[in-house]
Amino acid sequence: MVSTRTGRSTPVMEQRGTHQPTPPPAWKPRTDPAPLLPDPEPYRVLGTSRAAEADSTLLLKLYGELVRGRRYNAQATALTKQGRLAVYPSTTGQEAAEVAAAMVLQEQDWLFPSYRDTLAAVARGLDPVQALGLLRGDWHTGYDPYEHRIAPLSTPLATQLPHAVGLAHAARLKGDDVVALAMVGDGGTSEGDFHEALNFAAVWQAPVVFLVQNNGFAISVPLAKQTAAPSLAHKAVGYGMPGRLVDGNDAAAMHEVLSEAVRNARAGRGPTLVEAVTYRMDAHTNADDATRYRSDAEVETWRAHDPVALMERELTGRGLLDEQRIEAVRQDAEEFAARLRQGMNADPVLDPMDLFTHVYAEQTSQLREQAAQLRAELDAEAEAEAASGAEQER
Amino acid sequence: MSTATSTAAGRTGTKPATMAQALQRALRDSLAEDPAVHVMGEDVGTLGGVFRITDGLAKEFGEDRVTDTPLAEAGILGTAVGMAMYGLRPVVEMQFDAFAYPAFEQLISHVAKMRNRTKGAMPLPLTIRVPYGGGIGGVEHHCDSSEAYYIATPGLHVVTPATVEDAYGLLRASIASDDPVIFLEPKRLYWSKGSWNPEAPTAVEPIGKAVVRRTGRSATLITYGPSVPVCMEAAEAAQAEGWDLEVVDLRSLVPFDDETVCASVRRTGRAVVVHESGGFGGPGGEIAARVTERCFHHLEAPVLRVAGFDIPYPPPMLERHHLPGVDRILDAVARLQWESEGGLEGGSV
Repeated sequence: MVSTRTGRSTPVMEQRGTHQPTPPPAWKPRTDPAPLLPDPEPYRVLGTSRAAEADSTLLLKLYGELVRGRRYNAQATALTKQGRLAVYPSTTGQEAAEVAAAMVLQEQDWLFPSYRDTLAAVARGLDPVQALGLLRGDWHTGYDPYEHRIAPLSTPLATQLPHAVGLAHAARLKGDDVVALAMVGDGGTSEGDFHEALNFAAVWQAPVVFLVQNNGFAISVPLAKQTAAPSLAHKAVGYGMPGRLVDGNDAAAMHEVLSEAVRNARAGRGPTLVEAVTYRMDAHTNADDATRYRSDAEVETWRAHDPVALMERELTGRGLLDEQRIEAVRQDAEEFAARLRQGMNADPVLDPMDLFTHVYAEQTSQLREQAAQLRAELDAEAEAEAASGAEQER
Repeated sequence: MSTATSTAAGRTGTKPATMAQALQRALRDSLAEDPAVHVMGEDVGTLGGVFRITDGLAKEFGEDRVTDTPLAEAGILGTAVGMAMYGLRPVVEMQFDAFAYPAFEQLISHVAKMRNRTKGAMPLPLTIRVPYGGGIGGVEHHCDSSEAYYIATPGLHVVTPATVEDAYGLLRASIASDDPVIFLEPKRLYWSKGSWNPEAPTAVEPIGKAVVRRTGRSATLITYGPSVPVCMEAAEAAQAEGWDLEVVDLRSLVPFDDETVCASVRRTGRAVVVHESGGFGGPGGEIAARVTERCFHHLEAPVLRVAGFDIPYPPPMLERHHLPGVDRILDAVARLQWESEGGLEGGSV
């Protein structure tokens, strides 16, 4: 090589030999040890050798909740036909995941349900009439979230997941022993908020459990059109958190896996993603027609793997389910349904002025004006009704 | 209605502070006063924010109180919602106006509605700081005037300061509010100076009160945020043409101070609304309608608007043609039907 400035030539070999290339900084994994890949098969307890270890008292309690949950779904569906509910997204077939989610939480913990998860809220102790307030249409949330620590049912998909993360994070900052369990469906895992919530939870090591109920369909769209991942539980690995794949119809397995995830969160070991593989036996809601996108044969296959029947088989095998017990559980569910019917058949008393009461802590002058307008309209309406009543009497 | 002292006039013993410094001080005082206050966003910790509004706060209050979050606006706002549910008072920074859009679902479907949805049981005391507007030579997605989106969403307060004093007072009030507040920071005023004294911070201004920045008899310029100094300048220039202009700084778009605005317009009889945001579907249309409905018999001319054009925000080298400037404001004032009044002194005083 000859320099154009000096005309001197530098031996090429000497140039090369003078310095060693600097190696790049050492790469190391962010999470060490890396979370394990989820099991290739959904985790099962009932009907396997693990069942022997399951506690009979717990199984009987789960059975009672399952039967009551099944009855709740039937009653709510019937209420739509009677016009008492505007719409009802059923969890028939998904009762195991719903009731287990509620049962694994302690009193101070929080549940973040999606719009479909009224059963989980009811299983946590919420009055079913209040749980169904949104679907009845008298107010958007029929309950005080702080009473049972159940966040408002979230209709926009997956948007409740970051709330669960923030709440759990805040509790931890305050030094409170609180775990948040957030529920979402398979379709919801495609939403950006699902990704952001899991990522924040893992970065903050927030005490959260994410429960995905993979019930096969997002309204009509099957899982194959939502994801190319081997399973939804696999998604956890990318965030640096454990993912568990569970038979969502196996209440004992659901209870065990969710309990472990809650325990880990409570102990400061961070979030877990749990995928419950289940099936939505009913249509998306009463307004949907499932025959347009799935076959009866497929539904029948799942009917053979029914969560209530699975538990009945186990309890019968143990000799714990005699006629008397079955009748007692059935009776409890019937009484529960009767209370729900009764509550729903009473017309709610609504005050239209409430429309303006809770928009802000203090009404703006604009809302005061609009409230006055509605008040005047209501007064005029009442006056006209009174006048027409007087007319008729005459 | 109150008449503010001129911000340019220095008080004895005070040294000029910038709006950025006043905002930082407001955050600092709020953090110090209330352990529930948490500051969170992209780069707000170690760096102190891209505009340095959170400078030094992470060091002083720790990373649990002043948190660098992952880069995801919906996640930032969504987790802030959860924190507010648990009794904290998060102050969220959206790095730039246009970077706030990924958080809109959280904002519109949850932040704005949670109190109402739960009949008051679950209020969300959240402050969302959004640097907004143009005039800084910023490239695409850094200069939007996004206020129209926010004011169209019931449940949000929308506040924007134009002076150093208000930056402190309004931000303190926003953080103290039990409702979610969109706090729009005019980024071209970050380095503007006022006589604000960091040793004796201004009293916290209540949200929802407009202020008359300059009294005048001929016409009212109704404006807010980055357009306030432009209107003040226009009012000075207008004197030479015989117009004595009043300038109303709204400070809060929601709630809207009909009283102060209408009192001014009833005095002057003419009004021009000035903002950077596009005219079509912009706040000016609502303001013009409100003024017309309430002050019709006092008006000598239609309420006019001087707004940004209805175009995507221009590239830096062309933005001066887009932003409402003194000349465009004076052109509008000239169109307020003075001739029919037979003189420049018009207006129903």
